Amino acid sequence: MEEKVLLKGNEIIGEAAIRSGCKLFFGYPITPSTEVIEYLSANLPGQGGTVLQAEDEIGAINMCYGAACTGSRVMTASSSPGVSLKQEGLSYSAAVELPMVIVNVNRCGPGLGGLGPAQSDYFQSVKGGGHGDYHLIVLAPSKAQELYDYTMQAFDLADQYRNPVMVLTDGYLGQTMEPVVLKERPPAQEWDRSWIVDGAEGREKRILASYSLTNEIGEANNLYWEAKYKEIQKKEQQWEEFHTEDADYLIVSYGTTGRISKSTVLNARKKGIKLGLIRPITLWPFPVNAFKPFLGKIKGIVTVELNTGQMIEDVKLAVNCGVPVELYRRQGGMLPTETEILEYIEEMIMKTDAKEVQA
Amino acid sequence: MNKVFSRSKGLTDVPFTFCPGCTHGIIMRLIAEVLEELDILEETIGVSPVGCAGFSQDFFTCDFVGAAHGRAQAVGTGIKRALPHRTVFTYQGDGDIAAIGTQHAVHVAARGEKITSIMVNNAIYGMTGGQMAPTTLTNMKTSTSPFGRDPQTMGFPMDFPKLLAGIPGAAYVASVSVDSPKNIKKTKDAIRKAFKVQQAGLGFSLVSVLSTCPTNWGLNPSESLKWLRENMMPIYEMGELKVSEEVEKL
Amino acid sequence: MMDKVIMAGFGGQGVMFLGKVLAYAGMNTDLELCWIPSYGPEMRGGTANCSVILADGEIYSHVIDQADAAIVLNKPAYDKFSSRVKPGGVLIVNASLAKIEKERDDITIVKIPATEIANEMGNPAIANMVCLGALLPSMNLIDYSTIEKAMDKLTSKRPQLLESNLTAIKKGMDFVASN
Repeated sequence: MEEKVLLKGNEIIGEAAIRSGCKLFFGYPITPSTEVIEYLSANLPGQGGTVLQAEDEIGAINMCYGAACTGSRVMTASSSPGVSLKQEGLSYSAAVELPMVIVNVNRCGPGLGGLGPAQSDYFQSVKGGGHGDYHLIVLAPSKAQELYDYTMQAFDLADQYRNPVMVLTDGYLGQTMEPVVLKERPPAQEWDRSWIVDGAEGREKRILASYSLTNEIGEANNLYWEAKYKEIQKKEQQWEEFHTEDADYLIVSYGTTGRISKSTVLNARKKGIKLGLIRPITLWPFPVNAFKPFLGKIKGIVTVELNTGQMIEDVKLAVNCGVPVELYRRQGGMLPTETEILEYIEEMIMKTDAKEVQA
Repeated sequence: MNKVFSRSKGLTDVPFTFCPGCTHGIIMRLIAEVLEELDILEETIGVSPVGCAGFSQDFFTCDFVGAAHGRAQAVGTGIKRALPHRTVFTYQGDGDIAAIGTQHAVHVAARGEKITSIMVNNAIYGMTGGQMAPTTLTNMKTSTSPFGRDPQTMGFPMDFPKLLAGIPGAAYVASVSVDSPKNIKKTKDAIRKAFKVQQAGLGFSLVSVLSTCPTNWGLNPSESLKWLRENMMPIYEMGELKVSEEVEKL
Repeated sequence: MMDKVIMAGFGGQGVMFLGKVLAYAGMNTDLELCWIPSYGPEMRGGTANCSVILADGEIYSHVIDQADAAIVLNKPAYDKFSSRVKPGGVLIVNASLAKIEKERDDITIVKIPATEIANEMGNPAIANMVCLGALLPSMNLIDYSTIEKAMDKLTSKRPQLLESNLTAIKKGMDFVASN
């Protein structure tokens, strides 16, 4: 029977990792992600796994890099400043095409910032983050059950595409307790393992490295990675739609604000406003396909974000600037209420209608 | 006819690409021979760094992973923790291990991580063209200390193996040189011991090898060996710096 | 149907535990729920608060704008959270530690000398449970029997606490019934 548990969001990530067959976790404590390493420290060794508290975030990500080279399922978790330190290792991991899962429990601010929830690491997560041309696959849960489901999916996607996958969450989701059904997943598909490094026993030696001093080879490598990223963009876009069928206006929002926005949509509908929501689940690849059916049908889009307006750029690209796109945002660890989002949208609608009248 | 010397099975057919007189080739040959003699070539995974030592990944016949600058020991830790029964070694220059990678070196020692690190110390950044390293000697001229290393502003040369020897988890630390046949033999002995320490699961082992960089020192190969002997060996404490009780019993 | 409850007090007054009792009561009755602690710097400095949302359908927004009810265990908690109760809602005030002057007239305020009642029981630490008892009659989705089951689970490691906690809750309920 499927078990239902009540755990903190961060703990659920740890449980999902264990049930995904994650064998190694390397991390460094940082609020508000610390329950991930704490939960795994208490529970992973009993399942035959290893948890190592590294000297720093740089050490942790490079340990993940080493362990991933052996074909083991491996994870690290941190929060914004710590994830910044991991960027070098992530670039190398993407270049060597290593499957691994990185959890960023986003906190707010540049610099040391605060501990409140934020989405200010959107650019860092989806545009590369480290040096060079590469992408992480980025999944954005909005509630505890999704923390569980998407973490599991992250391990599968990482193996399937030989690519690091990030689960981007925030402190609010991480600290909140909600019931979660610990769904059993079918055993993960066996992917090609002919690339792993585990000792050249009865076979030719293998090298996993990203060094190339020949420009022609360098370009060939980049073209190869590019083709992989294009395939991921084609096949792996995920999003959720909420009351979009007849929508005049759309909210686009992910994670915590995606969830708050659902209440906004319901409240708007009570007032007769045809509002819908697109909640991106994959932030990279960004779900551009979600927008196609609405082009020419909707009057406006509002992105609701916990930053100065980052995802809005991808939304504008997705609609090719064919629809007015506005931003409602809170920052510095503050969360919007469903009511204030609706007030903003009502104001926006009044402006749009005024323009229509003028026209 | 009796064959008295042959290329180690631990080395590939790829010719060494090092500058004339560079001792990287000797050190790599010694490691390859030890891996062959211990019969662990098929179960060993090497980790290469950034810098001249980074080319090591092409020369050994065992599996290799290329690490970011300074991160070889963290990467080695990840491999070892995933495959505890495999032999893992890092091959790193002095800049890689003792400057940008210091934190990992200190902590693999503190954790007694069961890996072996070979540190090749030529007192300079070789690949990038002869910049000052943490191991650059006082008054030594490099491209970033063109008037000589002034300890008042640039710090003192660091005896890194000595530092690591003071950490409890470091089971075996040796400082050796490849300036003479006699010392080359000592180097091989130290490398063999370091790998045996790992095989026995006794903790972290490090062999620091004093090496030359004729190109960036501006000396010919034989002058370089002489310079190493006369200038580096008196500064850096030589010999076995740490032999834990368990290692003594090996 | 939903119950949105905010709880606040000094660190050590059992605010988080109070929230967990509600959360496990919801869990046992298959309700949807969120238990949301204050975290990070808010944990330091002696004040603590948490919120619980219980619902018989999916909980979308888990940010409480206006709560259905609040329990404030001291004066600073009253000052901070009394305005967060929606009109028509309920505010349980630990009158032993919070003397109220100007009070809202659009909500039901229950002033209960919880610490005094707890002291009479010989355990000042269970003032939180006395307040929970005072809140229970106003809850839509849970009642004493569901709380009893949750408490059984939460005190399984320290069964001696079960009886005293349940007694404290009953005293809170009695206070409301007789006032």
